Amino acid sequence: MSELARPKSGQKPLLSLRNINMTFGGIKALKNVSFDVLPGEVHCLAGENGSGKSTLIKIVTGVYRPEPGASIDYDGQTYSHMSPVTAQAAGIKVIWQDLALFPEMSVAENIAFQTVLGRWPRFVNYARMRETAIRALARLGVSLDVDLPLKEYPISQRQIVAIARALVGEAKLVFMDEPTASLTQSETDHLLDIVRTLSASGVAVVFVSHRLAEVLDISSRLTVLRDGALVGVYPATGMTQSRITELMTGKTFDHETRARDVSANPAMLEVEKFSRPGLFEDISFTVRRGETLGITGLLGAGRTELALSLFGMLKPRSGTIKIDGKPVRFSSNRDAIAAGVAYLSEDRLSLGLIQPQSIADNLVIASLDRITSGGLLSDDRKRALVARWIADLGIRIGRQGDAVSTLSGGNQQRIAIAKWLATDPKLLILDAPTVGVDVGARAGIFDIIAKLADSGLAIILISDEVPEVYFHADRVLHMAEGRIVNRFTPRDCTLQDIEAAVYA
Amino acid sequence: MHRMIQSHATEFALLAVIIVISLVLSLSTDSFFTPGNAFDLLNSSSVNIIFAVGLLVVLIAGGIDISFAVAASVVQYVTAILLGWIGGGGWLSGLLIAGGAGVLLGAFNAFLIHKFRIISIVATIATFNIYFGLLMFFTRGVSIYNLPEWLTDRVILYEREMTDGSWIEITLPVLVMIICVVATWIFITRTTTGRQLYAFGDNPEGARRFGINIGAMQFIAFGWLGLMAGIGGLIQAHYAQEVVPNALYGRELDVLAAVVLGGARLGGGKGSVFGCVLGVLLISITQNGLNLAGVSPFAFRMIIGAIILAAITLSNTRLEKLLPFMRQEGGRG
Repeated sequence: MSELARPKSGQKPLLSLRNINMTFGGIKALKNVSFDVLPGEVHCLAGENGSGKSTLIKIVTGVYRPEPGASIDYDGQTYSHMSPVTAQAAGIKVIWQDLALFPEMSVAENIAFQTVLGRWPRFVNYARMRETAIRALARLGVSLDVDLPLKEYPISQRQIVAIARALVGEAKLVFMDEPTASLTQSETDHLLDIVRTLSASGVAVVFVSHRLAEVLDISSRLTVLRDGALVGVYPATGMTQSRITELMTGKTFDHETRARDVSANPAMLEVEKFSRPGLFEDISFTVRRGETLGITGLLGAGRTELALSLFGMLKPRSGTIKIDGKPVRFSSNRDAIAAGVAYLSEDRLSLGLIQPQSIADNLVIASLDRITSGGLLSDDRKRALVARWIADLGIRIGRQGDAVSTLSGGNQQRIAIAKWLATDPKLLILDAPTVGVDVGARAGIFDIIAKLADSGLAIILISDEVPEVYFHADRVLHMAEGRIVNRFTPRDCTLQDIEAAVYA
Repeated sequence: MHRMIQSHATEFALLAVIIVISLVLSLSTDSFFTPGNAFDLLNSSSVNIIFAVGLLVVLIAGGIDISFAVAASVVQYVTAILLGWIGGGGWLSGLLIAGGAGVLLGAFNAFLIHKFRIISIVATIATFNIYFGLLMFFTRGVSIYNLPEWLTDRVILYEREMTDGSWIEITLPVLVMIICVVATWIFITRTTTGRQLYAFGDNPEGARRFGINIGAMQFIAFGWLGLMAGIGGLIQAHYAQEVVPNALYGRELDVLAAVVLGGARLGGGKGSVFGCVLGVLLISITQNGLNLAGVSPFAFRMIIGAIILAAITLSNTRLEKLLPFMRQEGGRG
């Protein structure tokens, strides 16, 4: 608990929004929302995707204008709307979820970018820019080579750069939109330290996230939105992740591990001494028919690389794979698909689905050979195949011809799963299947996974969120630095046992 | 040094290729490696370099332009006619008219792209056809030979006979080219507007959230290319001593290839003036060398195509892969 984050009672808010309404294409994105932030507090803004969190930030920062009748009180002034320029000048900064950085430009230029803003050309003062950048990084207790192009740094460091950028100039209110989505636990811990420092120096920080457990203990208050409306404002003390989930979704969830003993089932995949030096080494395990095997570990532990090898996209240096008892060797992912392996990629937005194409086209892309008639694609067979999987997985869509990008994160993930199920696989590898999927919709994804396992499919579930594998897998492998370092059976251990090992 | 090479990998790869080709050419022909030939190359490459630095700015801002070379031809006619009206003019009025007309034609591209959200390649293919069609229609394909005297007179800024008997000279196009190159370099690396252009090309949505005026970026980028196209057009008329409607037709692809060769990225946010100049020089040197070596002109395009592919492959491959000893020198892993 941080004493610093605790506001004094009766303090005047730094930011006070009233009567915020916003409509997009006939849909009410925000309904009469109010929102207050106190000076120097750490405030959580929680809600599912589509609940209006991002819209609210964009109104505060002037990207959108609220409907008439709104009032924005900030730092002693009243505005009917903001503009990006006034908001920045007034010390309102945002660290966007997609970071909005410039990868080809140097770290210094990214951090001190606001010094090159302005309508009329001036000469750039690179020396001052470097100084500004180094000072902003020093405030975070970080030192990076500011002359290197940003693209040379990994995503976690870019996050630091985005934060440093928000601190340039007079920051009074910083919004962090899903700042932990791409960070591992230790990086998240470091970020929280930074937030503590900021808050102590009088900067108010608003966390926007649907994964709030980690920020609760440094926050003072929590505002929850659901379907564009305010649910309430709560003190953070005594709040739990499950309570927040209930407030966000309006539903209750019970948590119990579904791990079963399937050791009597025949083996579907046997991996023996699988190695590719530098990425993963000496990997041996078995997945049985109807079994869900969880693989967890920090980012960079080699999980995704292992999965890509099992799917024929990375060649191992040594080791063997057997599927259904028969040794196989993949020279490409086409071989893997033919052998009954399906791989749901971790990056659904850019790799898993072709966003502008239709739901139907995305769903059949991996199984085109199943919907031909006389050598040509048959629209009737395509429609039937799509209709079957939409119904089986309970996906809510408008028309089959709508673009995938029109669907919510949860439904997109179901389409991605359906795409692979349509190939009739024996082994389904799910790499981070809940990234970008709301809490409410996650349960639906796991219901589908459970149903698939019950029908005899072998499933490998990869996730860096330990609770996901603990509650939904029959056995759990813990990978670190390319090796399997621990094997757990959720029936015989606690969630804390695995978490302690992974985050050690 | 290691880092310097790494962060300018494209430029160093190009320099290396230019050195190798020059060595081969100087061994296989007598006349390539002479001061006279080097200065000839510089004089004859000037117009392409002026076009190239203009196009570079558009590429950095994330656009592309197919129309600038025919726009330069339009500018040549407009300038020749307007100069006739005002009774001859001089270098100052000539450059003002040509630059102004170029900016207008560039701004028309920016208008289409920004106002109607047409992607730049489509918009400029359309204006390429419109400009060239208008030009052929109104001129009926007739060239202009009676240009003002000041425009067709060669301006020699420096000349000298070398000890080997070759004659070196620096002409006006080289001076104008150097001014354009330096101005573009200052503009894109040393001014705030230039950095906004880089940022806009690198991440347009990020730039928009900073409140950068997206429309202004398009007008500035295409306006700058228009200015360079206008100036380049006038200099080309001076160099050729005539205005021929289809003289520059097809030049856009040569220049585009040279700029991309120089490390500019189709898609924006990346590219340097130095690389761009080297890209043009590489192509000119190859062409000149093949000429001197007596290779059939019909084989030129084929060989130049192969060199473009080789150079692009070189500059896209990480240097460490080509030169394994670089890896031991430390630096970032």
